[in-house]
Amino acid sequence: MMQETRHPELLVTAKDIEEIKQLIDAGADAINIGGEEYGLRMPGNFTLEMIGQATELAHSHGVKVYVSMNALLHNDHLHQLESYIKTLAEFKVDAIVYGDPAILLTASQLAPEIKLHWNTETTSTNYTTVNYWAKKGATRAVLARELSLEEVIDVKKHVQIEVQAQIHGLTCIFHSKRTLVSSYLDHITHQEEKKASKESNLFLREHKRPDEKYPVFEDIHGTHIMSNDEISMIEHLNLLIDAGIDSLKIEGLLLPTDYLVYLTKTYRQAIDLYLEKQEIPFNNEEIEKAQKNKRPLTTGFYFKEQIY
Amino acid sequence: MTNNLKPQRILKKPELLAPAGNLEKLQFAINYGADAVYIGGQQFGLRAKAGNFTFEDMEEGVKFAHERGAKVYVATNIIAHNDDLEGLEDYLKKLYEIGIDAIIVADPAIIMTSKQIVPNLEVHLSTQMSITNWQSIKFWKEEGIERVVLAREVSIKEIKEIKENVDIEIEAFIHGAMCISYSGRCVLSNHMTSRDANRGGCAQSCRWSYDLFEDGIIEEEVTENKQDIPLFNEEDDPYTMSSKDLCMLENIPDMIEAGVDSLKIEGRMKSVHYVATVVNAYRHAIDAYMTDPENYKFDPAWIDEIQKASHRPLTRAFYYNHPTLEDQIYGKETRLRKFDFVGQVMSYDEETGLATIQQRNNFMVGQEVEFFGPNTKFTQVISYIEDEEGNKLDAARHPLQMVKVKVDQAVMTNDMMRKEN
Repeated sequence: MMQETRHPELLVTAKDIEEIKQLIDAGADAINIGGEEYGLRMPGNFTLEMIGQATELAHSHGVKVYVSMNALLHNDHLHQLESYIKTLAEFKVDAIVYGDPAILLTASQLAPEIKLHWNTETTSTNYTTVNYWAKKGATRAVLARELSLEEVIDVKKHVQIEVQAQIHGLTCIFHSKRTLVSSYLDHITHQEEKKASKESNLFLREHKRPDEKYPVFEDIHGTHIMSNDEISMIEHLNLLIDAGIDSLKIEGLLLPTDYLVYLTKTYRQAIDLYLEKQEIPFNNEEIEKAQKNKRPLTTGFYFKEQIY
Repeated sequence: MTNNLKPQRILKKPELLAPAGNLEKLQFAINYGADAVYIGGQQFGLRAKAGNFTFEDMEEGVKFAHERGAKVYVATNIIAHNDDLEGLEDYLKKLYEIGIDAIIVADPAIIMTSKQIVPNLEVHLSTQMSITNWQSIKFWKEEGIERVVLAREVSIKEIKEIKENVDIEIEAFIHGAMCISYSGRCVLSNHMTSRDANRGGCAQSCRWSYDLFEDGIIEEEVTENKQDIPLFNEEDDPYTMSSKDLCMLENIPDMIEAGVDSLKIEGRMKSVHYVATVVNAYRHAIDAYMTDPENYKFDPAWIDEIQKASHRPLTRAFYYNHPTLEDQIYGKETRLRKFDFVGQVMSYDEETGLATIQQRNNFMVGQEVEFFGPNTKFTQVISYIEDEEGNKLDAARHPLQMVKVKVDQAVMTNDMMRKEN
């Protein structure tokens, strides 16, 4: 008897309304956006007004909108929290992505109809903890990129809520509240003009790893360092689909729009073809053709051993 | 009825909490003034290299601490993957049986298991959770958490707001090395060396040397001869992310006034000498302030003491201002250490004026040394050393060798002898 494979969601981040339009056309099932104040490392800074427009647009195409509110919140961030969440509820966004329990508490009181996706980035690592947050009201767990595929599948087997895993893009490997790049530029004194925002295209090179480039930028939450490699699971998508992973995410941070749209189209076709014919006629070469900066495409930690 | 008197301020004396990498350090930390120590067991902790306690050592440590009114907390603060949780229930039961006063936890999986299996074991939330606001703390209080160790990014002003909004014990770091990232939110080590930072494998990649470039590729126009543009000159220091070490010794009144319940010193990997010296300095500052807050004056001798143990340059990190370049270390890292720990007093004979000393580092006749203990502090020149058989020596050269040294003033068991290097 053939087991029925469920259709996984293709989730893509977006940096502005224009990009959302293109991603919807390219086949995204859901869009992840956010504003800088409450979201962490979002590709674009959406104001509430823009979130409203984006939601209307997405919903008119049957596409879902998830708003990230997973920043590390200090007391001062709490003042506007209630009105922000109430507005999201008016827009009927489909889910809030949270890390801090302050968001979970406020959202479940003020807007119980909005789904909650638990995402503490590097620390969402086991099914016992997923089940803990499920009991508190989370409907989805966004798993850390530092898990192996085996661990991801094992989480899925032991939880009742949805599981989301990243299939493409960079991943954050370091977050400090300090303004480390600006401090360094101040220290060396001759680069006063230089900015350290996402748009500045800065990267770090570790002295003993001359071939690796780690993008680095600052925003209101501090300093973020991204991975040298770009996760690309195009050749192994079948394993995630077979395991029943509910949402497959393309992280668009630091990727140009046309490339992100290309990725979305490719993964859309790959998912559909696999479900229809059990084959995926794509590999990394197709992706490299569209990739401009030749960042290494890897499988991240999915097939890698870690020691501790 | 009128009352012109100012209302009496009731200050709660905070706990002084010290690291203890092993049984000896636990004993020294408590002897030198710690109200509580935190240790690691052989599982579920983050300091794979910190010595760590067997259950037998824990039993002995708990007995030693409890006899002296001190507490023992065990760090079980890994961010677990699925398979890491195996054996957790038995481990927690064992800790409870041993009489551990609390566990320090970072993963809700361990919180939940502990609350089910050993509901009477107190749970403290680790700084690895990077808890930064009062609503989050309120959530955890409702989950049965007794104490929260704050993220190192929280300011004194924010601590006050937290205490005003939630009735819960707050623990905050006052001294030692710091993650420069939000704790738990750094996987540099995982990505660069395949060692999992959140499970005790941290390779300290943040303190390595990097160069900063601007990527020459402009997204829209790809050219063949694109180049990476270095933002540094040849003579510049490399890009580093090394924080100076935290030191709040001069600001103890602010920490107490903010309502911090437990003042924490970092360093399970640090030496006995370091732990004893730092603990003792803070013990003096806390006691002086609590005895007479109105007339408290900071004694510069306390900071001189701190300087005698190995340390990086010092900072107050996030407590008053957002850190800048002044709070970081650039260029070659210099560890400042003025003194070596050369001997531990095992006993003292009042009649002969001879102290039995276990050698910890070379010392010889004619050298000036300092004796230091919870109630001891004096300097002298060594005039006479003999071995256990009574043979006169010119120097104590052998590690852990037992010798007798003539001392100018009375000393106590467990006092330390140190020498300027």
